[in-house]
Amino acid sequence: MELALTILLFVALVATALTIALVRRLFAVVMLSGVFSLLSALLFVLMDAVDVAFTEAAVGAGISSVLMLGTIALTARSEKRPERYSLVPLAVVLLTGGVLIYGTLDMPNFGAADAPVQLHVGPDYIRKTPEDIDVPNIVTAVLASYRGFDTLGEVTVVFTAGLGVVLLISGLGRRIRRRREGAD
Amino acid sequence: MDHHLILRVVTKLLVAPILLYGLYVQFHGDFGPGGGFQAGVIFAVGFILYGIVFGLRRLRKSFPDYFVHRLVALGVLIYAGTGVVNMLLGGNFLDYNVLAEEGYKGQHWGIIAVELGVGVTVFGVMMAIYYSFAGRPPRLDDKDW
Repeated sequence: MELALTILLFVALVATALTIALVRRLFAVVMLSGVFSLLSALLFVLMDAVDVAFTEAAVGAGISSVLMLGTIALTARSEKRPERYSLVPLAVVLLTGGVLIYGTLDMPNFGAADAPVQLHVGPDYIRKTPEDIDVPNIVTAVLASYRGFDTLGEVTVVFTAGLGVVLLISGLGRRIRRRREGAD
Repeated sequence: MDHHLILRVVTKLLVAPILLYGLYVQFHGDFGPGGGFQAGVIFAVGFILYGIVFGLRRLRKSFPDYFVHRLVALGVLIYAGTGVVNMLLGGNFLDYNVLAEEGYKGQHWGIIAVELGVGVTVFGVMMAIYYSFAGRPPRLDDKDW
């Protein structure tokens, strides 16, 4: 049952991706990328990664779609037709995809008990979280406590990204300048 | 969007539960899935939905730009400040054990504090980005979609 669902979701994922590549109306593309994110979120749930699925659904399907629509409102609503078709991008994409798939052949099977990720610090976190931190969600324990320093870095990245967007396109500088000129 | 009656009614019904759910995800993150990142996004989504349907101007009245910009920095301050408080109490940076008499209780307080910091920053950044995009005069009319 789970295997059938996984295969079904992956097929739908590939179909969505192909449609995104073919459609020229950007509104449809944004909606389809929302669908893509929801499908990925479902896949993450099937892999028992609920925290990741949660983030994907909220950020990928929610906020990203809104921001993309905002961008369309500022730019154009359909993609320009390329003047000539070239095979080079297709070759690059196929080659990269092939190399990536070849790379995954060396990786341990999904959920394998002897995978490096299950043997390194993972067991320690699972064993020690109940006595050290005593919260049921080990993901939160790792994220906020064991790896608190990394998360501080991530928050700083989010902060910097927000700062960059505000400085570049919010028009804040223009407004402040205008106010200053008005005061003079 | 003044003419979209159904959208306006549904939005009014939805905004409060979305915000409540955001708070639930924020403060229940150590017991179930979720945490500051997701909560910040969900909380922002509630306001952005309101902004889309009722207009950016009304949203900006309740959440002015300068307030949102200060939230962005406040979250990082809360997070790093928790670490500094730990140091003042004699522990290492971000070592929450010193926050309470028993180590695991200190961990609970520390996790709630840093998750709050994450949530505030993510909420602020999402709102700031939305304001930046939506605040510019659009090139497309409503009819062009």
